[in-house]
Amino acid sequence: MGDVRLRRVKQLSHQRGTESTGADQSALRDRLAALRGPGRQPRPLDSRALTALAANPGCSRRALLDSAGVDKAALAEVLGAPANFGQSQFAFARGHAFEAGATRDGGAELVRLLCAHTGQAPPDPQLLECPDLTAEGPEGRIERTREALALAQARGQTGAEGGPGGWSVLLHPMVRLTVAGAPVCLEPDALVVDGDGGVTIVEIKSFPILDGSAAPTKVGAATRQAAVYGLALEAMEVRAAESVLLVCPKDFSNLPTAALVDMRKQLAAVRRQLRRLTRVEELTAALPAGTSFDLDLPPDRLAGAVDSVPAAYAPECLAGCDLAFHCRSQARTGNDPAVLGRGTRAELGALTTVKAALDAAHSDPPPPEPSDPTHPAGPSDPPDPAVLALRRAARLRAEVLGGDGAAGADGAGPAGGGPCR
Amino acid sequence: MPLMHSLARMEAMAAGRAQPLTTVLHRHLSRQPLVLVPLTTAGEVGAPLGAMLGTDRDHPLLLTVPQPKDRDLRFTFLSDLAEALLPHLESALEETEQVREDAEVCTDAPQLLVPNAPGAEFVRLLGRSMRFRRTAEEDPQTPYPSPARVPLLGRWLTHYGERARVPGSSLLLSMTEVLTRHWATGQSSLEDQHLGALLAWLRAGPEGGGDTAALEVETARDEHGQLRTPPSGPSTDPAFDNRVLAPAVDRYDADLPGSAERVHQLLGGQLRPVWDAMWESVDLLRRLPEGERIASRWESDRWSYTAHRDRLRAGEPPQPRRDDAVTAARKLSVRERDQARLQAQEALDDPLVMAERRLAGEAFVAEVTDSWMTYSQGRRPMPRPVLALSTEDTPQWAPGARAYRVLPSGAAQPAEFLAPEDEPADGSADESAGAPGAPGELRLRLTGGMGRAKEPAPGSVPEVGDRVCWTLFEHAPRGGPSLPEPEDTPWTHGGPPQSGTPLPEPRTAERHGTGGQSGEAGRTGGTGPPGVTDPVAHSTLPDPVTAEDLL
Ligand code: SF4
Repeated sequence: MGDVRLRRVKQLSHQRGTESTGADQSALRDRLAALRGPGRQPRPLDSRALTALAANPGCSRRALLDSAGVDKAALAEVLGAPANFGQSQFAFARGHAFEAGATRDGGAELVRLLCAHTGQAPPDPQLLECPDLTAEGPEGRIERTREALALAQARGQTGAEGGPGGWSVLLHPMVRLTVAGAPVCLEPDALVVDGDGGVTIVEIKSFPILDGSAAPTKVGAATRQAAVYGLALEAMEVRAAESVLLVCPKDFSNLPTAALVDMRKQLAAVRRQLRRLTRVEELTAALPAGTSFDLDLPPDRLAGAVDSVPAAYAPECLAGCDLAFHCRSQARTGNDPAVLGRGTRAELGALTTVKAALDAAHSDPPPPEPSDPTHPAGPSDPPDPAVLALRRAARLRAEVLGGDGAAGADGAGPAGGGPCR
Repeated sequence: MPLMHSLARMEAMAAGRAQPLTTVLHRHLSRQPLVLVPLTTAGEVGAPLGAMLGTDRDHPLLLTVPQPKDRDLRFTFLSDLAEALLPHLESALEETEQVREDAEVCTDAPQLLVPNAPGAEFVRLLGRSMRFRRTAEEDPQTPYPSPARVPLLGRWLTHYGERARVPGSSLLLSMTEVLTRHWATGQSSLEDQHLGALLAWLRAGPEGGGDTAALEVETARDEHGQLRTPPSGPSTDPAFDNRVLAPAVDRYDADLPGSAERVHQLLGGQLRPVWDAMWESVDLLRRLPEGERIASRWESDRWSYTAHRDRLRAGEPPQPRRDDAVTAARKLSVRERDQARLQAQEALDDPLVMAERRLAGEAFVAEVTDSWMTYSQGRRPMPRPVLALSTEDTPQWAPGARAYRVLPSGAAQPAEFLAPEDEPADGSADESAGAPGAPGELRLRLTGGMGRAKEPAPGSVPEVGDRVCWTLFEHAPRGGPSLPEPEDTPWTHGGPPQSGTPLPEPRTAERHGTGGQSGEAGRTGGTGPPGVTDPVAHSTLPDPVTAEDLL
């Protein structure tokens, strides 16, 4: 990854023009605030939640609740189906201690790790700045981040008397991304601005890099999160490096080590997924009048409101969405094959319920007559390949297991003869 | 997921109870396995919190760490773990059988059972965290000397953990993976990771109810917000950590009397239900008849165990941190081969698994409707009988493609598909056998497995009216691409391995002269009679040749 150079600021013009006008925005914000319930603060979306949202772009329910800033965990509790999530305080304490260690000395350690990967010479400590980003409220913090970032880039580009430019580390900046037409505030762990004004996103994680490698699924999730920050920066007309600096504990220790991970694929994927999200205006417009997700409402009214927004449940929801148990029980009641996995649902094509699939599997094949030229094939059995495959599968299972093939753990004995000879 | 499995899951949903995916057992299950249920500390890498283990279901050993951040306490735990596990892991070192003049293999190997895949991964991680430790005896200067037998346990657990990645191996088994290989539940594979929920589906009788029972296991909490059925580890439930464990650990930190016992008791309460679920699972698996080819795969495991023993005895250093490029590539290609072999063997052992392959067009059952003799060209014409077959299956074949069936001896008999116009029947063919080329009508020419004589050996040619199962896959798939020797590793792939990680001489496999082994070999390797150009001579000494055993 030696030649991943940090990019200069680039003016991005294509973002303009697609933004809604200020009046639209504030009307939408009012509408979402009303849905949340009077006087409730919106629950901020973090990048993890956003990647989970992006991973299920077909789910309007989640898109709407997240955009409105409804506390889904509390909502699930009211609905009587709380998620099994939560963070252990042991993990929390360790994660915090690790992040504090990795960002100590005004980010000097982060800069050292970055330089070790890019081959850049680390700056003189004098030339390293760590601006204070504290400000009132998210809007204030976003503004403060914007200023600090512009300043840092300027510092980088104009070294004193042609000397090397100054470096900056922005710890916990705040950026904004428009998701499904509604603004979302996000807080990356850190941004490093180098002596050429190039910006690198830093993601600090507490899973280890063990003997030089880390769990691919975790790296993938971290990279997708970083990609979300990349898009948010783009919206601020800052183009960050296309590789994220992933900082993790080394082996079994608490010492930071890092990897520079290419996130171009994730950038493209998240961009595509976010584009596929239905715009929140359309979702709100489709709601029945009087819909509210106010957590003080009686559970049955809340359930009614939630269920009026279409969902797209899949088992992956269990790992990423607080409403998973609620949506799952709904999907189970509705006999939705997606409870077994997205793949199963796709496989079944037009058979959209488990019952329909089982009926098809155990249906009798049509009599062979239709090929008779005097009787043109009737409409009785359209040759749905899913139906044919299921029927064959059921026949083969019955051939081996005998009868209806139903048997629990204790009834698995072979009925169709011994091993294949 | 294969459609057959989707169907079984949907049937399980409808019936409220698990449905079989197999008719026989496809993993070796020892007479005396050691069950190990580990717990890890959230957020700490490879930091053990406790474990319940043993070979006697009524007398588990419970080991716990009252303050997981304390290195000394962790060392005490690991030391106790070594004392408890090593006798089991070393229990089969001495009993061997001589398979060749220069090769002996342990007659058995100890087995470890853990609840789920993350549990198996944790075993690997524990192994990694221990095997490079130095004891004060080895290195008086070492800052935190490890208790005596801990590094040795690390090497064993590394070996077992690594071996668990080999398809079909059974030294270290994850219970949820074994159960889901044999039964389909009415939930997704994600939910099947919870041993308790999985068992709820398996326990349900004809009246169903597995779905509600599984939901109860997964979500029911008591008045303190604690899960009634603890998760199957190695992670604990966050609510347990925060509301129960953390206060208990705080009391331990404050040096309150009885606080260590309290942590011990609390962790025991989390572990015991999983422990019981493990043994219930063992009972379920024992009810299945054993697949015929399990023994040959278990033999590979015994070789792997023996090779690890030999490395320890030879005083070799611990397994390296990272595989060099050649070793890694070897492992990969061996695993691909093992995967193909496992799939073939499971299908051959089990008509229900074969049914999946039939559905996929990779195998078919056909009735012999006619047969006639032809001979090969050349100086010594050999019998090449042609069979006309009729099937309701839909094999994906092309002229010249190979098909195999199992001979009564257990060996594989090869054949090739003929195009409809090839080898017409000599006029006497019964018209009712169906026109060649019509759907379901096939022709195969047997190309081996009939002995060396001019007439096929008795029983080596199916007769008209026989129903025979043919596969389009080999019964004993061979290894992947050839790779350079380790010392010839190109610099682009990291160069030859560093000295200090010596690689043992690869042993060449041999099939002949293995005495009592040959019967096994015939079946497992699918080797036909001599003269048949059939695959795999190397299945009696399978793994010693491979990188798996260098671990
Ligand atoms: S759990 Fe429900 S709301 Fe959440 S993403 Fe899945 S379907 Fe959408």
